[in-house]
Amino acid sequence: MATFLSREVCPTIKNILLLDSEGKRVAVKYYSNDWPTNSAKLAFEKSVFTKTQKTNARTEEIAMLENNIIVYRFVQDLHFFVTGGDDENELILATVLHGFFDAVTLILRNNVEQREALENLDLILLCLDEIVDGGMILETDGSIIAGKAATNSNMDDGASLSEQVNVKWLYAFFPFLGRTVCFGRRE
Amino acid sequence: MAQPLVKKDDDRDDEEYSPFLGIEKGAVLQEARVFNDPQLDARRCSQVITKLLYLLNQGETFTKIEATEVFFSVTKLFQSRDIGLRRMVYLMIKELSPSADEVIIVTSSLMKDMNSRTDMYRANAIRVLCRITDGTLLTQIERYLKQAIVDKNPVVASAALVSGIHLLQTNPEIVKRWSNEVQEAVQSRAALVQFHALALLHQIRQNDRLAVSKLVTSLTKGTVRSPLAQCLLIRYTSQVIRESGVNTQTGDRPFYDYLEGCLRHKAEMVIFEAARAITVLSGVTTRELTPAITVLQLFLSSSKPVLRFAAVRTLNKVAMTHPMAVTNCNIDMESLISDQNRSIATLAITTLLKTGNESSVDRLMKQITNFMSDIADEFKIVVVDAIRSLCLKFPLKYRSLMNFLSNILREEGGFEYKKAIVDSIVILIRDIPDAKESGLLHLCEFIEDCEFTYLSTQILHFLGNEGPKTSDPSKYIRYIYNRVILENATVRASAVSTLAKFGAMIDSLKPRIFILLRRCLFDNDDEVRDRATLYLNTLGGDGSVVETDKDVKEFLFGSLDIPLTNMETSLKNYIQNPSEEPFDINSVPKEVKSQPLVEKKAPGKKPTGLGAPPTGPTSTADTYERILSSIPEFTSFGKLFKSSAPVELTEAETEYAVNVVKHIFDRHVVFQYNCTNTIPEQLLENVFVIVDASEAEEFSEVGSKPLKSLPYDTPGQTFVAFEKPEGVPAVGKFSNMLRFTVKEVDTSTGEAEDDGVEDEYQLEDFEVVAADYMVKVGVSNFRNAWESMGPDFERIDEYGLGPRESLAEAVSTVINLLGMQPCEGTEVVPSNSRSHSCLLSGLYIGNMKVLVRLSFGIDASKEVAMKLAVRSEDENVSDTIHDIVASG
Repeated sequence: MATFLSREVCPTIKNILLLDSEGKRVAVKYYSNDWPTNSAKLAFEKSVFTKTQKTNARTEEIAMLENNIIVYRFVQDLHFFVTGGDDENELILATVLHGFFDAVTLILRNNVEQREALENLDLILLCLDEIVDGGMILETDGSIIAGKAATNSNMDDGASLSEQVNVKWLYAFFPFLGRTVCFGRRE
Repeated sequence: MAQPLVKKDDDRDDEEYSPFLGIEKGAVLQEARVFNDPQLDARRCSQVITKLLYLLNQGETFTKIEATEVFFSVTKLFQSRDIGLRRMVYLMIKELSPSADEVIIVTSSLMKDMNSRTDMYRANAIRVLCRITDGTLLTQIERYLKQAIVDKNPVVASAALVSGIHLLQTNPEIVKRWSNEVQEAVQSRAALVQFHALALLHQIRQNDRLAVSKLVTSLTKGTVRSPLAQCLLIRYTSQVIRESGVNTQTGDRPFYDYLEGCLRHKAEMVIFEAARAITVLSGVTTRELTPAITVLQLFLSSSKPVLRFAAVRTLNKVAMTHPMAVTNCNIDMESLISDQNRSIATLAITTLLKTGNESSVDRLMKQITNFMSDIADEFKIVVVDAIRSLCLKFPLKYRSLMNFLSNILREEGGFEYKKAIVDSIVILIRDIPDAKESGLLHLCEFIEDCEFTYLSTQILHFLGNEGPKTSDPSKYIRYIYNRVILENATVRASAVSTLAKFGAMIDSLKPRIFILLRRCLFDNDDEVRDRATLYLNTLGGDGSVVETDKDVKEFLFGSLDIPLTNMETSLKNYIQNPSEEPFDINSVPKEVKSQPLVEKKAPGKKPTGLGAPPTGPTSTADTYERILSSIPEFTSFGKLFKSSAPVELTEAETEYAVNVVKHIFDRHVVFQYNCTNTIPEQLLENVFVIVDASEAEEFSEVGSKPLKSLPYDTPGQTFVAFEKPEGVPAVGKFSNMLRFTVKEVDTSTGEAEDDGVEDEYQLEDFEVVAADYMVKVGVSNFRNAWESMGPDFERIDEYGLGPRESLAEAVSTVINLLGMQPCEGTEVVPSNSRSHSCLLSGLYIGNMKVLVRLSFGIDASKEVAMKLAVRSEDENVSDTIHDIVASG
């Protein structure tokens, strides 16, 4: 019991969702057991999607649902969500969302849309793996996350190599690149 | 809808295109055979793994055989030196979560990677291995993990630390041995390593309070780089503060300065965490709160919705305990009512409703009216609840608030929302006598066009009880009879009952009611006809104006004094054993089995209006009264005057949980001990409490009622009754001992052994105090009540209360001492004020109305002086109030 309580003290992420414009999964990752079955997960995704659908979340938005806090952001046909518990620090959740969003923006070379995301699904899954491990926040800086995921893309592939160098170069010299890119998008 | 936003329709000719279009599990599993090729094509293998992961991500499941097959072929890919492919292999293994005998196959490959020179291999191999490993393997790799924790590469160190956090749940004894390395990592220059190390170190030491306190002390002085680590430290600090308590001598709180310093941190995340931590400190003072409120107020006008939301949500919670502290933010809060984000707007509204003062109510209501039309039902319910509490706080404003409720009642809405409104109106009618007539009319209008049978019947029931007591009952008849004509059978039946109640209570209306009831005899529903016949006969349906029999009234209005579950069991037995004899209702046992302790679960919660169908609104007092009247020994005590809130007699989480409710009668006191047995292996029998009243001289024990049996987790009650001098507020202290016979229970079968052992359990003492003889009864207009009471039995005196922590603390102490109802929101003391007036009202034993005016003043040295003016219907009572204060 005590260990459980202590886990509560630590900032914990319950899930990260990337859905398309119809609320279907592009990539999702659940870290908590609040939704034990796939149908429970799908039901949660559906209610999150319907609840937030009407909003125009071009910057980070926030909502409460079933005693969870959800921060979210939409770009084109992609919907980004990060869920945390009722008493989680909202700004920590927002930081994780920010990191995820920036990393995906970098990986998709600014073409943040569903088709591009599906074509680079391997990198997006690697991103998810680098952001949170079993609910614990691993890394929140979008450029570092993207760097870690992209370093590992196919070495013998010419295009990927140059892309990898690009990303490395970019985040070495412009650590806030992720953010600048998003602002540019919004204009 | 913002749908167009997400579609770029110009260059999207192949809109349905997806690289995974038409993907199918069987085919992908076939494709996975490329993993077995002697010449591995890394790129192709990566693609296949991506497809497999895609399937899993979409919720597809693999059978045990499929998963094993994929797992084995994936392990072959360790031969490839391609980094990208290796990354995908790691991911795949984690997703497959292999069984113990499968793990062995990859262990050596992963251990090799753990010692690789490539940082990325090391970090990921650690995470994968720790995820899938079990305890035995862990000892083998422990050495590498310890090394990794202090690795120069932050990614490797973080991977080891986070894995440690997960492993601590399953193998605590191993992870605890890493303490030295973790401690070293806390000093790391890499921000996230510090965060992960701190989290792990705290979890290792969490059961050692002293060590945690030391950790916090050293770190709060040093520099913690990462904002996340800083947030963690704030949480640990609040924990330490909570456990150590306030240093009351100096008024200083340990570590408060640290929290306050964090409010000036450069990361918003940390500022907010600190502000939030300060607001939830136990017994936080206004001085401590102010800086936290100030930063939250700044957040309210931020351009980021997340910040606004976080701030307003925190302030909303603060408003529940310290409404005055939040009033400074009211202007910022009002501008949030029009916020795009409706969650923020709702939180702002409910906060304003909690902090608003009497003068701002009307303005606020106007703003809310516009707002209500465009939010969802769930938010509306929150607003309705907030309005109800506001109305109870400012009864004089009932008119505008009641109007508001009736307006929204007429608008569109779902069942839950409508029920919340109706409940609120019912509570307001009950607590604010002036609001009764208008409230009942609003409800009548509502049932004219109500689609919810449940609400209609509940309102009709309520109307039957309250309507006849109003000044002009006849005006309700039309509404009720309309139900008989227009509604479904359930509502018709309930309308018939309501008509009968009017007939029974108001003799002048009787002839007219009879005409209406007779018409109901031709209804096409059995129940409606039966009820009409029954009532016509019981009321003496010859049409004459006669006074209604007492028995009849009892029959119509009295609630069923038999627990429904008992009734159900008895009836079932009766049907199973058919006999000539009619069913005798007196044969149903009245003893309440496992009475659910509503008041224990929800302390301080108002009984909700229509919460208890089908007997309609009941309060805890009614519940108590019914329990007590079902015990023959206590029926001679007369009417129950007051029942106290439960007083806990045991620490939380002990073997037996016991609390006591003090029931005050005119000449008697009954203690109701609510006992819960929390040990599954025990059955307690013949449970009773031995009360030592040697320190309560005016009381003498007259009887007790033991509890026959107390099984695990089913609350039961035992009672002890005392006699005391009539009308005198006798006080005293009682010590208690719980006696019982313990029987062992076999938890697998649930059967108890035959032989038991006598045992006893010491309970804590409790006292009967003067406030127990006072019932909280509010008055809606204190000034009128005060004037009409007149100065005949007024007693005024002044008291010095000595040095106090704050004015608010002194005020609440006196209110609690007297146990009276604060009126017109005067229990709230504005921050920084030097003086305060408080109005109290109550009903003293013997049904004596008492009104109290308190004037407080505080000087620079925190000495509090108080002037107490009492008016009551009896000079002795007025004197007694002074005695209570003088001796308190």
